[in-house]
Amino acid sequence: MGKVIVITSGKGGVGKTTTTANVGTALAMLGKKVVMVDTDIGLRNLDVVLGLENRIVYDLVDAVRGNCRLKQALIKDKRLENLFLLPAAQTKDKTAVSTDQMTELCEKLKEEFDYVIIDCPAGIEHGFKNAIAGAESAVVVTTPEVSAVRDADRIIGLLEAAGIGAPLLIINRIRANMVRTGDMMGVEDILDILAVDLLGIVPDDDAIVISTNKGEPTVFDDNSRPGLAFRNIARRINGEDVPLMNLDEKQGFFGKLKSLFKSE
Amino acid sequence: MNGITGFLSRFFGKENEANMTKSVAKERLRLVLVHDRLDISETVMENLREDLIATIGKYMEIDQQALEVSLSRDDDGVALIANIPVLNVKRQVG
Repeated sequence: MGKVIVITSGKGGVGKTTTTANVGTALAMLGKKVVMVDTDIGLRNLDVVLGLENRIVYDLVDAVRGNCRLKQALIKDKRLENLFLLPAAQTKDKTAVSTDQMTELCEKLKEEFDYVIIDCPAGIEHGFKNAIAGAESAVVVTTPEVSAVRDADRIIGLLEAAGIGAPLLIINRIRANMVRTGDMMGVEDILDILAVDLLGIVPDDDAIVISTNKGEPTVFDDNSRPGLAFRNIARRINGEDVPLMNLDEKQGFFGKLKSLFKSE
Repeated sequence: MNGITGFLSRFFGKENEANMTKSVAKERLRLVLVHDRLDISETVMENLREDLIATIGKYMEIDQQALEVSLSRDDDGVALIANIPVLNVKRQVG
């Protein structure tokens, strides 16, 4: 029996889909059988982040309504044979799926897969309720900004109210040089406020934009720093004890000097 | 932040904690979350109201209908404000 994990955030644009794509892919790289489910009906994106947009025939709504068999709607990844995507419907109404149908779908998927990773839409309405319906645990993604942390707090409250306790936090887009100068909240600051356990930290990096341009998750790139961060997160989800990456690694003395003059 | 001391403290990351914009962010978050978290439940306010009536009622007779409990917010924080009209005070026994 596999695990169903929902990736959520409340606020849009903090990196839920990027996180889903990379953590899902990294878990598959560890040899696990993984399916990623895009529940953002009407605004699907996980397919393009994964570079699978041309392969979609059926979608989540088709599978749930029995327009096709569940297996027909699953798209196999180009690179890894144990990685699959269940895409969201793009044209249908976002109320096309009920929470009961989602729960049933997750039950079926976890018989087949080691990990079912649910990409949740932004907001706290119908789509959020659907996304968490079949999940046993949750990962909350935030960035070091007041608005994102505030929404994360609200989501943590709603997850607890829904009986999905102890969500784990990913802090995305950390800029080490700004944290150092005190112009960005650091990991400790955010954990202080939200009082949840940390799953991982991901540095802000151009590699993400480039990988999204290509439709190739950054975890495939050995030199990518966010790629390493997401691979670490996948290993932790898989039960390994992996220390947090050092965000300062790349910046030597001259890097420090350069960023110093930039910010003065 | 200017001059050589500012330069050095920035370099070594020892800027005055209160001047950092992250401290501003943290303080604003702390305040907004106090409000958000209280905002969620009407039941909590009603329970609080009932407990207040029970506790104060041991010492004085209060006008329960006119009792007002609310949260007030300003720049410095959130305050619990209770307006409790007293009708009669019980005679001290001890």
